[in-house]
Amino acid sequence: MTAIALWQVTLYLLVLLLCVVPLGAYMAKVYQGQPCLLDSINTPLERMIYRLCGIQSQEMDWKQYLRALLFFNIIGLFAVYAVSRLQYFLPLNPEEFSAITPTIAFNTAASFVSNTNWQAYAGENALSYFTQMSALTVQNFLSAATGMAVLVALIRGLSRSETTSLGNFWVDMTRGVLYILLPLAFIFSLILISQGVIQNLKPYEKFTPIVNNATEQIMPMGPVASQVAIKQLGTNGGGFFNSNSAHPFENPNPMTNFLEMLAILLIPAALCYMFGVMINDKRQGWALLAAMLCLFIPLVLGTIAFENTAHPELTQLNIDQSSGNMEGKETRIGTTLSALWAVATTATSNGSVNAMHDSFTPLGGLVLLGLMQIGEVVFGGVGSGLYGMVLMVIMTVFIAGLMVGRTPEYLGKKIEPYEMKMASFAILIMPIFVLLFTAIAAVTPSALSALGNPGSHGLSEILYAFTSMLNNNGSAFAGLNSSNPFYTVLGGLGILIGRYWIMIPILAIAGSLARKKTIPQTAGTLPTHNAFFVILLLCVIIIIAALTFFPVLGLGPIVEYLMLWGFHGH
Amino acid sequence: MYLACFKQIRTAFIMLILFTVLTGFIYPLIVTGLGQLLFPFQAGGSLIKEHGVTRGSSLLGQSFTQASYFWPRPSHTATFPYNAASSGASNFGLSNPNLLTAIHERLVKYTQADPANKNPIPVELLMGSGSGLDPDISPKAAFYQASRVAKARGISIETVHTIINQHTKNRTLFILGEPRVNVLELNIALDALK
Repeated sequence: MTAIALWQVTLYLLVLLLCVVPLGAYMAKVYQGQPCLLDSINTPLERMIYRLCGIQSQEMDWKQYLRALLFFNIIGLFAVYAVSRLQYFLPLNPEEFSAITPTIAFNTAASFVSNTNWQAYAGENALSYFTQMSALTVQNFLSAATGMAVLVALIRGLSRSETTSLGNFWVDMTRGVLYILLPLAFIFSLILISQGVIQNLKPYEKFTPIVNNATEQIMPMGPVASQVAIKQLGTNGGGFFNSNSAHPFENPNPMTNFLEMLAILLIPAALCYMFGVMINDKRQGWALLAAMLCLFIPLVLGTIAFENTAHPELTQLNIDQSSGNMEGKETRIGTTLSALWAVATTATSNGSVNAMHDSFTPLGGLVLLGLMQIGEVVFGGVGSGLYGMVLMVIMTVFIAGLMVGRTPEYLGKKIEPYEMKMASFAILIMPIFVLLFTAIAAVTPSALSALGNPGSHGLSEILYAFTSMLNNNGSAFAGLNSSNPFYTVLGGLGILIGRYWIMIPILAIAGSLARKKTIPQTAGTLPTHNAFFVILLLCVIIIIAALTFFPVLGLGPIVEYLMLWGFHGH
Repeated sequence: MYLACFKQIRTAFIMLILFTVLTGFIYPLIVTGLGQLLFPFQAGGSLIKEHGVTRGSSLLGQSFTQASYFWPRPSHTATFPYNAASSGASNFGLSNPNLLTAIHERLVKYTQADPANKNPIPVELLMGSGSGLDPDISPKAAFYQASRVAKARGISIETVHTIINQHTKNRTLFILGEPRVNVLELNIALDALK
């Protein structure tokens, strides 16, 4: 590892951590309804939305909250489907793209409503500006706000006592968009434009290349910056173009790369501090953030090291491999920042890419798979990462409780069989379906025909696809032809299962915890804010994922590593 | 119960419409307007124009195959290399035999074009980029090609080195990104020599 790589990582983490407290404190004010910075602009707008929608901001119990959420998301699903099917007849379609096929439209709708942003289409060759703006950009905001709303409901469940009310879903949604996502995205998109990210509504530009005077070519245009800003901030990840943030129009220089990378972790990291503020014990938020960093930093350094290794089959040739594994990576970004981005995007549920994960070294790819398979609890999606982490905490206090023979509790709430059942349910859903769908694909000829690479790497492609979709990540080992109906349909189902079958038990836990008394801490209470607990939590996270996924990882990336480096490495 | 559900569905419907207007139209259109007003060049794609004709964008690479030009990174865009309308990568895994075949072919191409050059070839000239439209190569990759370009154009290698140095961009704030040379700008500068 070079000194410059360490500086790049250090600068990134430093700027990120500097943003955690101010943004976290601000978001806590937003969700607690306290006066904050943007009141003068937003209050009239907010009142207008409530009046038009008939919202009286009464509190909801967990079932009402869940129902509102599901209705809102289902209508969103239909809206995206309808727009992408009808885009030919809608305005702002200068390239006259025809309708998306039904299976891809279903996959895309599920994908964007659930904050997954798996892309079974190539943006610049398939979607009109109207679809990109009114369907995808909108869901980028709404799916992120939905994730944060569920987290806030869970926090209220932890911090309130002897009540059924968890807040109002519509209010949490509206405030999340108006006060947090929209202002950040607005500023960020203008910065991106200043750096060269395009933003216009012009038809694709015809140009005559420098050497080929005869043949005219076209380059895509579009409202890119406004979408890139929110897809990075909202851990969405769905790019405007096929190659996502590797495309120079989405990510033109090292500065945009830094800012887009910062935006991936910005809100998820700040939510940890918000958590601490809202439960009135900041140490708890810091402990969760520390646990996340304890996994994040070593994996970043590891992946950078893997991506900077020379290809073992090329070492005998007259090739200078000092810049590392450059297949699928951009010159201006380089291997180090590609690796850092890749770890950030799979640790969260972002899924945007600035380099092609399919061409990462086997061990680099293994880290990315592993980060998703631990349930994306290292930072994680906006909202969904932290509520996933709270599940892991519940699991940890339960296991610790068993060891010392006391009723487990977290933040003064007793963790009882109901919470444990719901937590286990939520934790098991993802691995069960990832492994089941991967197994089905591995014996289905039409699924195998979509593979882009032979051998063990092919299995990794399938595993990555379902891991990404079930965890609502959206990045891909993109050699796999994702427009294949097998993956669009089964994957679309997987996306919905991975999002909502986890949200439902989370809200059930929130409802159950809210009804309980908060019991005072005693000498016998297991502290959940110290180093000991963080280590325990990390062990639980790693053990759960390792027990479930090690066999299949052994057949995929680990075999590939051994074949490449075992034969040629030494 | 049913009435409550109906009310919630109505709320959901109206809210989606309001947020579609706000985040799907007002937000991107205001950003477009401000972008065009404040940064019209960048928002329009950093286009390179010559006598009113668009010759490309300084952000998007173009294909160069003649010996007298610097060659860019290998590109895997659909239908032909550096197809700006269709970004994409090889997505070859490192164990994929097709990747090794492609690398060997490119290695042969470079050695045949300049047999006297015995320096090791920087690997990024043999491995495809992520977008297929990578506009840059590393300074190392440019210097490697300098002797071929100089010979093909009948100019001194020092002149070529000077042009490379003039067009080298360093890391932003000394830390971010990698040093690089924009191939399109480099080749335009070469053509402008005469």
